[in-house]
Amino acid sequence: MNSTILQYDVVVIGGGPAGLAAAVKAKEYGLNVLLLDENDYLGGILPQCIHPGFGIHYFREELTGPEFSHRFMQRVKDLKIDYFVKARVLEIKNYSDLEKIVVFTSPEGAFEVWTKAIIYATGARERHAFEIGIVGDRVAGIYTAGEAQTLMDIYGVMPGKEVVIVGSGDVGLIMARRFALEGAKVKAVIELMPYPGGLARNVMILRDFSIPLYLSHKVVEVRGKKRVEKVKVMKVDENLREIPGTEFWIKCDTMIISAGLIPQVKLLTGIGVEIDPATGGPVVNDLLETTVPGIFVAGNSLLINDLVDYVAEQGELAAYGAKLFIENGGIPAEKWIKLEKGNNIRLAVPHYLSGKRDVYIYARVKKPMENVVLNFPEIDKKIRLPVVRPAEMLRIRLRKEEIAKAKDKITMEVIQQ
Amino acid sequence: MTVEVYKFTCIICPLSCDIEVEVENGEIKEIKGYTCPRGKEWAIEEITNPKRVVMSVIKVKNGNMPTVSVKTTKPIPKTKIPELMKLLAEIEVEAPIKVGQIILENPLGLDTKIVATREVEKV
Ligand code: SF4
Repeated sequence: MNSTILQYDVVVIGGGPAGLAAAVKAKEYGLNVLLLDENDYLGGILPQCIHPGFGIHYFREELTGPEFSHRFMQRVKDLKIDYFVKARVLEIKNYSDLEKIVVFTSPEGAFEVWTKAIIYATGARERHAFEIGIVGDRVAGIYTAGEAQTLMDIYGVMPGKEVVIVGSGDVGLIMARRFALEGAKVKAVIELMPYPGGLARNVMILRDFSIPLYLSHKVVEVRGKKRVEKVKVMKVDENLREIPGTEFWIKCDTMIISAGLIPQVKLLTGIGVEIDPATGGPVVNDLLETTVPGIFVAGNSLLINDLVDYVAEQGELAAYGAKLFIENGGIPAEKWIKLEKGNNIRLAVPHYLSGKRDVYIYARVKKPMENVVLNFPEIDKKIRLPVVRPAEMLRIRLRKEEIAKAKDKITMEVIQQ
Repeated sequence: MTVEVYKFTCIICPLSCDIEVEVENGEIKEIKGYTCPRGKEWAIEEITNPKRVVMSVIKVKNGNMPTVSVKTTKPIPKTKIPELMKLLAEIEVEAPIKVGQIILENPLGLDTKIVATREVEKV
């Protein structure tokens, strides 16, 4: 294959909020940036997230998804950042610690880009029906929440009339509202856990439209001839095991799967980037650099975030990391302090702290608790919180002086007050 | 006499207080569970006149995208939502469309505007 050779300081893979923020910031730092996205348009999933709730922290204004991404796309245009859409990255090569190669194709041809640093911001993929143990007929009318959202809010096509939604996370709840607003009958939201997965403001949607929520329930089977006709629901016990005898059927023509997201890291695992099983994303230091020097990650390919504001923040931090990496020929730190997960911490990012800079810790708890203290015993830091929930990501700032107090590790734990 | 108890989670701040409102014959008798006056005020409005910002998409002619996303600039009474959705389903606009462009002023006589939230280029 004849490919065109290009040369850049930074290649940003993924044109969603993390990639856009990273590309804009890197360009503002004076770096030569190339942005790649495989979709037909920039913005990632934001152009289809037509509901408000974006940008409250970043822009101090409540925007819809399309408005949020529009502001960044305007910056991309103003700064004349080079980008390709419909660009499929085939391979990333770690040529040396200071040189990487990104191979991609687009309608314009095949390209090989030599670059000093890569910011990987490919977002997440949705979990499918088979991943959550639903068996039965392979029929029309089964969509992930994101697929249904693309159909309705980009193409203006209604996926169905009588809907069962599997999963009560924010995405599932927002789709419940969208369907109800469009006049579809949302017959139920089915949630495996004993508590709703979404933020309180989104759980309110169920009351707005009188949609029944089945907690501690799961869909186990789907039946239909050409299209979905009914789904079988069962109650589960506290160990999430199905309870025989509790099954019932719900008639519907559409099943929407909103069972969570998984960081998209496909191209990274091949070149030896270490993955954290708790987040599903790479292990990173406090500049969001992976275990392969010069490769940075941000957004939902790093960890699943609740707020786009944090995603953009991570994109900008990765851009700063790329700048330091290029200026210094690597990210210097004599020793890295490991962030350890203590009581009731399911995941925490970044994994390694330098003590040379302030850092935001993004973390999630395993189970809800009230009146707790977030404790960092090695550095004598305590933060009181009225409540912690798995659905709400914690974002905690540690100052460099605090981090520097630790020897080789800092434990983060949630304890009862 | 009808006594109804409404339970909801306050969404004004991250504390997410669980508020309970007791309504007797359409009148609020008791509000419990809030931690601050803002939450109390919100709970009262939720009972007496709940309002929401509405968002949808509208068909676009000659655009690089088949629809444009829109929103109301102000929350509108919940009871008016179905009527507004029906109106939005019936209209069609012509590309190009800019973010913030007004599509409808005071639809159904409501004190709000319908504005575009996505850019659609003409093709
Ligand atoms: S009642 Fe006050 S403190 Fe409680 S969630 Fe509402 S605004 Fe926050």
